[in-house]
Amino acid sequence: MLHYDFDWSVLWRHPYGKMLLQGVWTTVHLSLLAWAIALPVGVAIALCRIMPCRPARLVGGAYVETLRNIPLLVQLFFWYFAVPSLLPGKTERWLYANVRDLSYVLGVLALGTYTAARVAEAVRSGLLAVPAGQFRAALSTGLSPAGTYRHVILPYALRVVIPLLSTEFLTCFKNSSLAMTIGVMETTGMANYIDSFTFHGLETTTAASLVYLLTSLSVIVLMSRIESKMRIPGMIARER
Amino acid sequence: MDLQVIARNLEFMAGGLVVTFEITAVALAGGLLWGILLGLGRLSRIPWIYHPVTVYVHFFRSQPLILVIFWFYFLVPVMIGKPLGAFVSTLIAFVAFEAAYFAEIVRGGVQSVSGGQAAAGYSCGLRYHQVQLYIILPQALRNMLPALTTQAVVIFQDTSLAYVIGLREFLRRVNLVDTREARSIELYLFAGTVYLVLCSLGSAAARRLERRREVGLS
Repeated sequence: MLHYDFDWSVLWRHPYGKMLLQGVWTTVHLSLLAWAIALPVGVAIALCRIMPCRPARLVGGAYVETLRNIPLLVQLFFWYFAVPSLLPGKTERWLYANVRDLSYVLGVLALGTYTAARVAEAVRSGLLAVPAGQFRAALSTGLSPAGTYRHVILPYALRVVIPLLSTEFLTCFKNSSLAMTIGVMETTGMANYIDSFTFHGLETTTAASLVYLLTSLSVIVLMSRIESKMRIPGMIARER
Repeated sequence: MDLQVIARNLEFMAGGLVVTFEITAVALAGGLLWGILLGLGRLSRIPWIYHPVTVYVHFFRSQPLILVIFWFYFLVPVMIGKPLGAFVSTLIAFVAFEAAYFAEIVRGGVQSVSGGQAAAGYSCGLRYHQVQLYIILPQALRNMLPALTTQAVVIFQDTSLAYVIGLREFLRRVNLVDTREARSIELYLFAGTVYLVLCSLGSAAARRLERRREVGLS
């Protein structure tokens, strides 16, 4: 054993305690904002992919395949280093002069567009899980196409999708830690930053990992409550 | 666009790709071995095996990989008593982390083999480890092949995270070239294309295996 003095007070001592809390707060709103982008974009892409129109399917498929096959970190660097310089010179200068948290904004965009590709896959699998016969059966009972979607397809597909989406949200929450590489001080970044002053990185990263653990646990407990409330009896068997 | 910058630094960046493949290979082999043990533990009826293994798997699956990499980077020198460098601590972090994901794949694979197979094995007089090694796992691994291939692609993408502790894998080297040449657009487009091509090949292979398995089942 190397001689190592544990000093857990680094977690609450001034000013580090406050910094850690700020980091946790940044993680929360960063991932929620990214999720706010990912959900509508992802649903739109999933709908594109099941449309009868071929170009829409191709665009949707290309979006998902491209963003899922490039590491998020590369996408983050592309947004941070390359995207501003792709803009016209005037806009670029304005951005750097006026947007104070540019790295935060670009981080949200990168994480949001990346998560959208994953959300699209989840939503698509939910829509495909509805047997085709359900649609025809609903139509034959006299429901209009809109009514069929409203009363038959969506209630079924949404229940299949909700567990998948809660997994994707947790992935988004964990992936927000990558924003530290472009200088966003979220939980992981802050844990590492405090290490550079105190050399007590082991304590701060342990605290950070507890934050992620507790968040995951509470989301899982919450979602399984919601799922069991909304289960269609006898239709979706979920292994325990 | 100045593609010269890529040609000029191609050798340096290709060297990083070798490191990327090395980490992928170790994470894949080590993670799978450790993951098989954990996966069997998740199916165990013995409480003092089942519960710790379940906690391990759930714990690592709730963590961001980047944090696990940091954590081992800080922890390994304390445990061993001397710094081992970024490469070794990255490998340990990857094996520990990816094994939790492999464990769930293995669990699914083993459950896909019908229970009668194990019963038949025991009735021939085989022991637990013989049943697993000669009867269950060979069939389970074949069923898991598509999922394992997908996970290999995920690991390949994940290796880019070793960037954070300064390991000079592919993305780190692209980043280093960029700081010297200031050609972000070309370099990150290049990096993205390399990952896209390699990962698309892997994903296509996974899809093919999946289709072949479905044909085999029907």
